Amino acid sequence: MAKGNSKKRPQVTADSGINLKGTFISVMLLGVFILVLWFGLYALFLSR
Amino acid sequence: MHLHKYEKIWLTFGLGSLALFLIIIGFAAFWKGTHPMSHIETIDPQNVEAHDSFKPENLGLREVAEGKYTVNIVASAFNYDFGNDADGKPVKKIRIPKGSTVLFQVTTKDVVHGFQVAGTNVNMMVEPGHVSRLETVMKNTGEFTVVCNEYCGIGHHQMFATVEVYE
Amino acid sequence: MMLKNNSFSKKESRLYMSFMHVTFAALLVGGLMGLLQVLSRSGKFQLPFGINYYTILTVHGVILGLVLTTFFIIGFQFSLMGKTVGISDQQRKWGWVSFWTMLVGTITAAITILVGEANVLYTFYAPLRAHAAFYIGLALVIVGSWIAVFVNFRQLYVWKKANPGQKSPLLSFMVVINMAMWFIASLGVASSVLIQFIPWSLGYAATINVLLSRTLFWYFGHPLVYFWLLPAYMAWYAIIPKIIGGKLFSDSLARLSFILLLMFSIPVGFHHQLTEPGIDPTWKFIQVALTFMVVIPTLMTAFSIFATFEITGRRKGHKGLFGWFRHLPWKDVRFLAPFIGMVAFIPGGAGGIVNASHQMNTLIHNTIWVTGHFHLTAATTVILTFFGIAYWLVPHLTGRRLTPKLNKLGIIQTIIWTVGMTIMSTAMHIQGLLGGPRRSDFSNYAGGEQVSTWISYQMAQAIGGTILFIGIILMVYIFIQLAFFAPRGVQEYPIAEEEIDADPTPKILENWYLWIGITIALILFAYTIPVIDIIKHSPPGSLPFDWPIGR
Repeated sequence: MAKGNSKKRPQVTADSGINLKGTFISVMLLGVFILVLWFGLYALFLSR
Repeated sequence: MHLHKYEKIWLTFGLGSLALFLIIIGFAAFWKGTHPMSHIETIDPQNVEAHDSFKPENLGLREVAEGKYTVNIVASAFNYDFGNDADGKPVKKIRIPKGSTVLFQVTTKDVVHGFQVAGTNVNMMVEPGHVSRLETVMKNTGEFTVVCNEYCGIGHHQMFATVEVYE
Repeated sequence: MMLKNNSFSKKESRLYMSFMHVTFAALLVGGLMGLLQVLSRSGKFQLPFGINYYTILTVHGVILGLVLTTFFIIGFQFSLMGKTVGISDQQRKWGWVSFWTMLVGTITAAITILVGEANVLYTFYAPLRAHAAFYIGLALVIVGSWIAVFVNFRQLYVWKKANPGQKSPLLSFMVVINMAMWFIASLGVASSVLIQFIPWSLGYAATINVLLSRTLFWYFGHPLVYFWLLPAYMAWYAIIPKIIGGKLFSDSLARLSFILLLMFSIPVGFHHQLTEPGIDPTWKFIQVALTFMVVIPTLMTAFSIFATFEITGRRKGHKGLFGWFRHLPWKDVRFLAPFIGMVAFIPGGAGGIVNASHQMNTLIHNTIWVTGHFHLTAATTVILTFFGIAYWLVPHLTGRRLTPKLNKLGIIQTIIWTVGMTIMSTAMHIQGLLGGPRRSDFSNYAGGEQVSTWISYQMAQAIGGTILFIGIILMVYIFIQLAFFAPRGVQEYPIAEEEIDADPTPKILENWYLWIGITIALILFAYTIPVIDIIKHSPPGSLPFDWPIGR
């Protein structure tokens, strides 16, 4: 794949080469939010 | 079609979380028996008095054993019938000691109603032809408003009662 | 890919714009009802002229939940199909038949509600009986939408015939997925309305099976919300990348997530019926597990959106972990409004997982938490994305431009919406956890501390709701400007393209027989046995009740 364009856009040619660190941190924060909300409300459910 | 390695980690994490939630609620439901209310028994909505629990004299709060209570209620637009008190007046408030096990049995003579003891886990639909039945332990003290939480007509918001749990 | 990015013909534009006119008229009417509701529930105001709270509530739900959404979606999707695969004169005529059928149905239902003959809310639960015209009106809206379904199917079919071996344009694929889901799901409510409600409301059938009617309604009711959400996802996947100056993240993953949404949106209706008697709890749990599956494509979507932002930003040379984020086009309302919509879906989606969590549902079932929940998901995520689309779609259709001034007004509108909704929805979520019921006029109940706490949150909702109404007025003003008064010009119809070096999309993703087959198999698995149980163990049917709704 993508041999011809590799010079112009070096970051996106090979899959592992795309820098998606910011994306990864963002989605993981989102995941943590889901976990916190769910367990918080499960605790509320148990306390009632 | 392939996934970026971070997306693989993210989806594994996401799927893992969902599986964890399912295991927790599945364990609680199937091993501990805390399913949401799903009682199967049916009843003739035009003749609810034929059912022993909903005979006028059996409505309201009754202590059936030490620390165990039953509350039978007939819902109709726009009232909960908890039976009558000693003076023949309709009961609008019941008092239960903290820590008791209470079985709520509710049915309706007309349309769909809700039955929620707001602030507790007693929350169920009441549908014509069905008996809604939920047993629970009243863990916390306080005055809890019983509300009809399913729209039943233009007097829906006037349908309520009170459950007091005392020390 | 060949996409005609020139303007539509006048005839085509007129069809698509008709749907937009109904959409924004519905926004104004439905929004006004919302304002009256929050004011009424504050306990400080009484509705004038003896208008019943529940009449207003029914109008609000039907006009915004069923009419606004369906008209916008069908109009927007027609335009997507016109842009990507084209529309023939014949198909356009059928488009008009669809529009008029839906409009006649809407007006029939609306009049019936406004004269007080259908105070049954948009879920019309039996055995409350509205006037038959209400059900007939709703049936016409659905039938009209089916005409659009088959026109859209036909459009893609004709394109495929003309372009053998080529993959369908992504957006046309997405439209067809959404319409396939809508058709399969609306069969449930349509059969309930036609077989159960209409004969019963006319007196031809004496009684109705209440639990069956509710089950058929919720078989439709959950995919209904995905029918609203998928057009927003279309914009997020395939339009927003163009607006921010990027490319599609992955054509294949976008298609895969839509296929998963098709498969798992429907066999999940029991999660709306978790606290109902007469349904085996094991089958409830099975549908809970299936509901959790429908989270997966949304997790994929979240990743894909962030990745689009990051790749685009990095390609533009923005450095650092979050440099790409800071440099997103915040001053472009075509981006900002849908972006706020995406953010709202984080608490919206997370709350949705809680709602569907089997016994945990008793925490929130029929409390005003649920109202708060869908004012995040539907009334923020979906609606702000629809507004974001309207900012370019309307001027594109009318041959006008989104001027910098209108763009600025749009940004103000988005901020007003965000502030109003944050206040209203947060107050609803908290009040719901404290047990406050939804769908209820102001009431002191038996009084006491618990009730006065609820009322204080209802005050906050009145403030939030009033701010939202200001946002609605502003949005309607912007729409009128874009439709009739903005300067003439060419407004781009933004459709993102694939990377030149993108992976080829696997052919299997377009195997409609396979995906629709699995969808039907999942539905049969999730519903056959419990529905047979419901019918076999039916109690005596219910007679109709007119007096509780004031008829």
